[in-house]
Amino acid sequence: MNSENKNIVLNTKDLSIGYLKRKSKIVISEQINVSVEEGILVGIVGTNGIGKSTLLRTLGKMQPLLNGDVIFKNKNILDYSPSDLADVMSIVLTEAPASQNLTVLELVSLGRQPYTNWLGTLNEEDKGSILHALQLTDTEKLKNKKCFELSDGQKQRVMIARALAQDTEVILLDEPTTHLDLYHRAYILKLLKKLTQETGKTILYSTHEIDLAIQLSDKMIVMTPENVHYDTPENLIESNCFKSLFPDNMIEFDTTSKSFKVIK
Amino acid sequence: MGLALIVCFIINISLGSVSIPFKDVLSSLIGSNTKESWNYIIVDYRLPKSLTAIIAGGGLAVAGLLMQTLFRNPLAGPFVLGLSSGASLGVAILILGASTFGGAVGGFLLHSWGLVFASALGSFLVLLAVMAVALRVKDTMAILIIGLMFGSVTGAVVSVLSYFSDAEQLQQYIFWSFGSLGNMSWLSLFILSTSFIIGILISITCIKSLNILLLGENYAKSMGLNFKRTTFLIILATSILAGGITAFAGPIAFIGLAVPHLTRQFITTSNHKILLPAVLLCGSILMLICDTIAQIPFSEYTLPINAITSLFGAPIVIWLLVRKRKLLF
Repeated sequence: MNSENKNIVLNTKDLSIGYLKRKSKIVISEQINVSVEEGILVGIVGTNGIGKSTLLRTLGKMQPLLNGDVIFKNKNILDYSPSDLADVMSIVLTEAPASQNLTVLELVSLGRQPYTNWLGTLNEEDKGSILHALQLTDTEKLKNKKCFELSDGQKQRVMIARALAQDTEVILLDEPTTHLDLYHRAYILKLLKKLTQETGKTILYSTHEIDLAIQLSDKMIVMTPENVHYDTPENLIESNCFKSLFPDNMIEFDTTSKSFKVIK
Repeated sequence: MGLALIVCFIINISLGSVSIPFKDVLSSLIGSNTKESWNYIIVDYRLPKSLTAIIAGGGLAVAGLLMQTLFRNPLAGPFVLGLSSGASLGVAILILGASTFGGAVGGFLLHSWGLVFASALGSFLVLLAVMAVALRVKDTMAILIIGLMFGSVTGAVVSVLSYFSDAEQLQQYIFWSFGSLGNMSWLSLFILSTSFIIGILISITCIKSLNILLLGENYAKSMGLNFKRTTFLIILATSILAGGITAFAGPIAFIGLAVPHLTRQFITTSNHKILLPAVLLCGSILMLICDTIAQIPFSEYTLPINAITSLFGAPIVIWLLVRKRKLLF
C-alpha cells in the first residue's frame, strides 16, 4: 500500500468552510488540508454541526468556499463550469428526490443528463451505463417501481445508482447511512467500498457510523472543533484522534475494539 | 395519444349548440358551400371558438405543468404567480377607472383590444415584479408565496376600485372575469395562437431541464443545470401562455391546476417529453368538453366558462386527493 504513488484527485489548501450571512463570513471549520488519492473510500466523521455536510457541499461547489483553495484534478474548483464539474463529480444528498412519482429507471436515467442532447434522449452508451449502475447497486429488479414505493435502504441504493450513471470519477455522499438499520448501514458502506475497488472511483462520504467507517474506509477525515485530521483509520487510532472527537465525560474510544463505549 | 386526438376532434365537430345544423351539413360547411347563415356561424363563430378552446385549454394546462415542476409543488398552477390577478387588475383599472380617461380615449380603450392590452400589460407587470423578486430570493417556495401575496394585493386593489365604480362598469368587469371563448375574430385568434406557439416552443426547449428539476434544485445544479436561466425561461413561457390566454379569454380557473394531475392518472411516466404533449392534449380536450357544456346544447343560453371549469376542476382535484390520499407530481 504505497499511497504516495497514487494520483491525487482532490486537494484542499488551507480551506475554510462555512456560510455567508449578510456579507459577513461565518466560519465553521478552517485550515482544512487534505489530499485524497485516486480510487479510495474516504469517511468523514465528526459531531453534529461540525461541518461535515458543509465540507462536502463546499467540495461539490454547492456552497461558496470562504478561504483557501480546492484543487480538483490539478484545476481549481472555481475554474470549473457547472457542466464541466457534472462530468467529473456526482453527489448523493440526504434529501429525497423532489418528485416521488419517478420510477427507479427514470431516476437513474436522469444521471445521464450531462451527456444527453437537448431533449435528453438516451443512446446505447447511456443505456449501457444505466444498466451497469443498476447492476452494481443491485437495483435492477426495482427499476419499474416508483420512488414512493421504496424502502429507505432501497432509496439510498437507487440514489447511488443515479450517481453511478453520471459516470464521474468522484462521488460525494452526504450521510448515506441515515435512517437505515445496522444491516443496511453496513450494506451501503460495503457497496461503496466495492465500488472504489471495482470501478476505481474515489468516494467521499460523511457518516455518524464511526465504527463501520473505521472498518471499511481507506482514509478518514476526522473533524474536531480544534482541527481536521486526515489519515488512515489505523494511524488515526494510534494518534488518539478519535478520543478528541466527543467530550470525554460520556463516551470514550476503546483502542482495542476500535469502537466507542459509553462510560457507566 | 392518437386516440385522444380523435376524441378531441369529434368533440370539436359535435359542438352543436345555439342553432342546430346537422352534423353532415357541418362537415360540408367546413369544406364550404350550402346555406349562407350556417356557413357564417360555423366559420366565423364556432370554428374560432373551438380553436380558442383548444389553445386555451392546452396552453393553461402546460403552464400548470411547468409551474408544478418548477416549484415542485402539486398545488402550483399558472395563476399562483399572480398572473391572473395582474390581468384582472389591468382590466379593472381600465373598466372601472375608465371615467378618468374620459371621452374618446375611454371609448377606444373600452374596445375589446383595450381589454386585451390592459390584461396583457397587467399580467406582464406582475410577472416582472415576481421575476425581480425571484432573482433575489433563492427559495422557490418563497417565490410561490410572493406570487400569492401579489395576488391578494391586486385583488384588494380591484375590490377598492369596484367599491367606487357604478353598476354598469362593475357588470362589464364581472362579465370579463367570467371568461369567454367566443367573440374571437380571426385576427385575435392569430395573435393568440402566435403567443401560444411561442410559449409552447420555449416549453419544449425546457423539457430536459424540467426532467432534471424533478430531482430537486440541488441535484439539478449538481448535474450542470443553469438554474437561474431555466427558472427564467420557465416563468417566461408560463407568462406568455397564461398571460396571452387570460388576455383574450379572461381568467379561466382550474384547468392549469387540475389537468396535469388528471393526466398523471393515465400517463405513468414523469418524463416531460411524453407528459408535456399529453397534458397539452388533455387540457384541450377538457376545455372543449367544458365549452360544450357551457353552451348548453340546443338552448340559447351560454354559461360563463370560468364557472364550468371550476365546477369540474375542483371536484376532480378533491376526487384525486380522496382516492390517492396524496397528490404526487
